[in-house]
Amino acid sequence: MSNHKVQIEVNGKNIEAEVSGRTHLADFLRNNLNLTGTHIGCEHGVCGCCTVLMDEEPIRSCIILAVQADGHKIKTVEGMSEINQETGKRELSNIQKAFWEGHGLQCGFCTPGMLLTTEALLAENPDPTDQEIREALSGNICRCTGYLQIVEAVKLAAKMNKNSTLVYLPEEV
Amino acid sequence: MTKKEQQNVTPYKWVGKKNPPVENHRFVLGSGTYVDDIKMDNMHHAALVPSPYAHAAIKSIDTSEALNVPGVIAVVTGEDIVQSTNPLKQYLEIPGVDWYPLAAGSVKYAGEWVAAVVAEDRFIAEDAAELVKVEYEPLPNVLDPEKAMSDNAVPVHDKHPSNIMWQRKFTWGEVESDFNDSDDEIEFRCRWNRNSTVPLETFGVITKWDEGRKILDVWASIQMPQYPEQIAEALKIPLNCVRVHYDVDVGGSYGVKRGIKHTVLVGYISKRYGVPVKLIEDRLENMRGSDMHGPDRIFDVKAAFDKNGKINSLKMRTIDDEGAYPGRSPLQMGKPIGAIVGAYKIKSVEYEGVAVTTNKTGQVAVRGFGQSPTNFAIEMAVDKVAKKLGLSPIEIRKQNFIQPQDFPYQIPSGTTYDSGDYPAVLNKALKLANYEKLLKWQEEERKKGRMIGIGVATCIEPGGGNALFEPLLNPKNDKTTFPESCQVKVDQKGKVTASIAFSSAGQGHQTLVATILAEELNIDRDDIRVVYSDSLSSLPSQSPVASRMAIVLGGATSGAARRIKDKMIKIAAHNLNEPPEQLYWDGSTVKCNNNSHKELTWDEIVKIAHITYHKMPEGMDPGIQSQFVLEVPTGGTLPTPDGKVQMYPCYSFSAHIPVVELNPDTGKVEFLNYYIADDCGTVINPDIVKGMVVGGVAHGIGAALYEQFSYDNNGQMIAQTFMDYLLPSTMEVPHIDIVKHCTPSPLTSMGQKGVGEGGYMSAPAAIVNAVNDALVPFDSEISHVPITPYDVIQKIFINKGGTHIV
Ligand code: FES
Ligand code: FES
Repeated sequence: MSNHKVQIEVNGKNIEAEVSGRTHLADFLRNNLNLTGTHIGCEHGVCGCCTVLMDEEPIRSCIILAVQADGHKIKTVEGMSEINQETGKRELSNIQKAFWEGHGLQCGFCTPGMLLTTEALLAENPDPTDQEIREALSGNICRCTGYLQIVEAVKLAAKMNKNSTLVYLPEEV
Repeated sequence: MTKKEQQNVTPYKWVGKKNPPVENHRFVLGSGTYVDDIKMDNMHHAALVPSPYAHAAIKSIDTSEALNVPGVIAVVTGEDIVQSTNPLKQYLEIPGVDWYPLAAGSVKYAGEWVAAVVAEDRFIAEDAAELVKVEYEPLPNVLDPEKAMSDNAVPVHDKHPSNIMWQRKFTWGEVESDFNDSDDEIEFRCRWNRNSTVPLETFGVITKWDEGRKILDVWASIQMPQYPEQIAEALKIPLNCVRVHYDVDVGGSYGVKRGIKHTVLVGYISKRYGVPVKLIEDRLENMRGSDMHGPDRIFDVKAAFDKNGKINSLKMRTIDDEGAYPGRSPLQMGKPIGAIVGAYKIKSVEYEGVAVTTNKTGQVAVRGFGQSPTNFAIEMAVDKVAKKLGLSPIEIRKQNFIQPQDFPYQIPSGTTYDSGDYPAVLNKALKLANYEKLLKWQEEERKKGRMIGIGVATCIEPGGGNALFEPLLNPKNDKTTFPESCQVKVDQKGKVTASIAFSSAGQGHQTLVATILAEELNIDRDDIRVVYSDSLSSLPSQSPVASRMAIVLGGATSGAARRIKDKMIKIAAHNLNEPPEQLYWDGSTVKCNNNSHKELTWDEIVKIAHITYHKMPEGMDPGIQSQFVLEVPTGGTLPTPDGKVQMYPCYSFSAHIPVVELNPDTGKVEFLNYYIADDCGTVINPDIVKGMVVGGVAHGIGAALYEQFSYDNNGQMIAQTFMDYLLPSTMEVPHIDIVKHCTPSPLTSMGQKGVGEGGYMSAPAAIVNAVNDALVPFDSEISHVPITPYDVIQKIFINKGGTHIV
């Protein structure tokens, strides 16, 4: 099996690694970088569990190879929250807070993919309708929730993005 | 607020209040710990060699080439396993029907595991698995359950000539005379095809044998009663040599995460070869070879009724296609006995169950444990009676409902329903749906040629998991204990930690326990920590099956909390020099009835218990801790010889009204609206309850319209990927409107009932009734699930004078 050198920016960090040609991006993130927030549900591109952002676009990391991500920027769920440099505490993004507050999940397995797809949606359309949310998330399967609270969480996130005084959960968690 | 509404407001501070579930934090961070996230030194990986045939004798297995691959340490076959392990537990204990992790002698379905390759890397293991050479001699197969029942059918298990694994007819009440005395009857067959709840995370397990300590450590994506017991039994080691770690997040289960065969396989390998082994199914493995399919049933139903719509008696026969290994699944024909008349006052019932083996993958417990298919048959019968009499689906239901004043109400099969108000719940659903207006609108739209259907189903959700179907189906098994437990401690700093002994798959058990403790102890929920222990350090648990955790774990939690309070009161009484009867809790401070100056705060009592032993009552243990093991309410009694049984303790109820439109060109069934009124007693956390109901409906939509594990004539499973086994997305699951009702259970600590399965138990019945309502103008009906676009188109085509679409 051929090995290849790759350079990928993952969650703002420059990663240089050698990977085998057949390693898909999800395995690379999970096994080589220990970013286990990216989940694998089908490995054939249907369920959306493995969704990450590549150059701000949602992609399925189970059907692209790590070598294809060479030279690109990847964001995983681990990159959605940030350490506040002043307080040293981890702060969640609004989307994460809204999914927590709105209970847009149960087992959490589809959640990272949902969060990242939502991030891409809201970047493009800050104020989506129910129908637009459903369309944007239609490639992410959730077996637990029946989607209702996910749609509600996305709407809540949009609201929080627009109004920074709207704080549902503690800023610092 | 009206007076009545005021009365309904609970006195609770935490229970029933909106408060985001505590588990959500780690899941939105992406820091849940699922089994595949766990790594350990020297971890090896197992890959599987599946059978390409539905039925074949294994002539030889050549492992030499695979063993030569660098990095491979072993190739294990069925023969190795049979020599070293006991067969996996099957609840019917049928002689000659043995189940092992790997096939030995013959394969009984396509996809069955024949060998396992163990290597230091998963890539290597998978590559080497392709090099294992198995020589087969194909045998004739049997796929149709009715054909499998015939005397000359090919036996799936050659040491058991008949494919019938279990058959029993129950008669409760005067069925024949009730049929004779009734004005009329209906008779029909309906078919629930094979599907499953298919979690997004496949099953996975890691085992590690510690030779020095003599412990098999297990981390698994598991939701299964008696898992450690069955591992120990199969591996022939004492139970206290098995330590299942429950602090593993399970990525969805809904009943099916029961990888006992996987666990025994890797447990054997770990012990035999001295390495930790991980086995994570890939999706194909999960769908085809995991023995995780759900019920696959033919129902033959008769109902006898009077002209006024009163249903008097029911006859139901169900044939369940168990696949190759019956395992626990035939018991899924037992559970519905505890709700066999649904929500209706039906005097007598004849019920026959037949469990049949075929050359398909095995079944396992699926959300509702067989109740969803049975509800589908019952609700279809009710609609058919209404149709025959020209009554509306609402009239027929109201006419036959068990009335609020009838509770506790014993149904013919011996189960007593605890409480309910079915007419009130149905009325709430009708109001929510604006039903009368909806009917008028439907009539108008029909005139324009639109195919609109309004479905009604009013279904029972048994909750509480009192596994009495075990002794009912197998009298040799006299198990009547199905407890849950909670351990609570208050530490030196006054903080509370509870520990529970099973894994969660999204049901929010940490929130459940923390909420009840906060309520009972009157402290902040988010100061309470709830941890998952392991099977060696824990008290008895039967795992979160059967919508039982709010009921049984909730009760155990209340029990443990009350013991904590008792002890604290005793400490306070001693120090305040007052009799305990004079003391009461105010917030988390103990106060005195007759002297407002006398009080001890929580922190003061904690200090006495942990630090100042000289202030403790004589003979009292230091510290503040308690444990409570709760048997299921109403549990503990064996079924009677004639098959009467108190199946479960608590009975939730819901009314579903989906509104669908059928597309005459494509056959697609589209939801226009979906209304639910739901009564699960006292709600502990409203977000969790809502999620359970809606999530259950989504599963029900899948079962009703999309999901089927179909097989071809050679026994090859056709729907093997998510491209052909269709999971409903945001586009197929509509917005759902829910209204709540609360009839508390008299049997539980706070009036709570179960809610994990009701959505799934009601939705398929309601949706089928909706589709058939849309087909009324076409004078046709569909009586199987899933209802595919093809089925719909065909009905329309035939109505237009065609015969059959090919
Ligand atoms: S795991 Fe990538 S789409 Fe399912
Ligand atoms: S939360 Fe479990 S699959 Fe979505």
